[in-house]
Amino acid sequence: MLDDTDRRILRQMQADPAASVATVAQRAGLSHAPCWRRIARMERDGVIKGRQILIDQRKLGLEVQVFLRITLDKTARNAFDAFIAEARTIPEVTAIQTLLGRVDIRMDVTARDLAHYQQIYRDRIMALPHILDLESLMLVSELKNTQAVPV
Amino acid sequence: MTELDATDHAILDALRGDGGLNAKQVGDAVGLSQPAAYRRIRRLEADGVITGRALVVDAAKLGYGVTVFLGIKLAARGRTAMADFERTVISIPEVQLVQQVIGLYDYRLRVVAQDLSDFERILRRRIMTLPGVGDVESNVLLGDE
Repeated sequence: MLDDTDRRILRQMQADPAASVATVAQRAGLSHAPCWRRIARMERDGVIKGRQILIDQRKLGLEVQVFLRITLDKTARNAFDAFIAEARTIPEVTAIQTLLGRVDIRMDVTARDLAHYQQIYRDRIMALPHILDLESLMLVSELKNTQAVPV
Repeated sequence: MTELDATDHAILDALRGDGGLNAKQVGDAVGLSQPAAYRRIRRLEADGVITGRALVVDAAKLGYGVTVFLGIKLAARGRTAMADFERTVISIPEVQLVQQVIGLYDYRLRVVAQDLSDFERILRRRIMTLPGVGDVESNVLLGDE
């Protein structure tokens, strides 16, 4: 269980993940050693899973990001498994998530440009099994992207 | 577009695998000395290829059991309120992701909540009251495949 001090540490670490333990300790109002021990415990308990770097895909030459929303034909047996197994083999698909709602699956697709995207869409996406309906959202800009949760 | 060589890509791959690696560990992974790896990482940051770092926490262990994706359409009259909408939506702590998109919706959001009734509260009090908001569609995340 987390106490208020743990939460204070987590808030500081979420706000500034690059800060050193000494800085986090100072901002959370405790000394270095107990702060370090608490962070180590939260890592051991899996509350803190690690650190992630954020990369600007456009700087890597990947200009197009499309989010696909897919409805599957649920009358087909194993529609989910067959679809996901096949979708996983497409290198440009960077995320696949199953949903409960109006659509069944969402997928992130990254491409160099629109021509490249069109090729992926026609050759790979449309060839995926059991698609009943498919909607696309194309990314214009990202206003906020964080893994942080209120603590 | 920044010119990146094979070593830069190897560094990015190493850091994608574990964003917590220090320059020495990155150097060991790609066959560079600590100072050389440090310089390259600094350059990737200065060039805006690496835009930052994030702490990855286990949301479920912190009491957030539900993740919901929202599609939001602005009301026809809401278009003038875009700036207001954007400023307000990014300040909601439970909203982790805000993306402006082209398609069936104008924005897509990822929201964390403690449970479905907590999500309902956030949806009603924070999302539906946003300036200019029109249609809202919710899809609850079942699993990452």
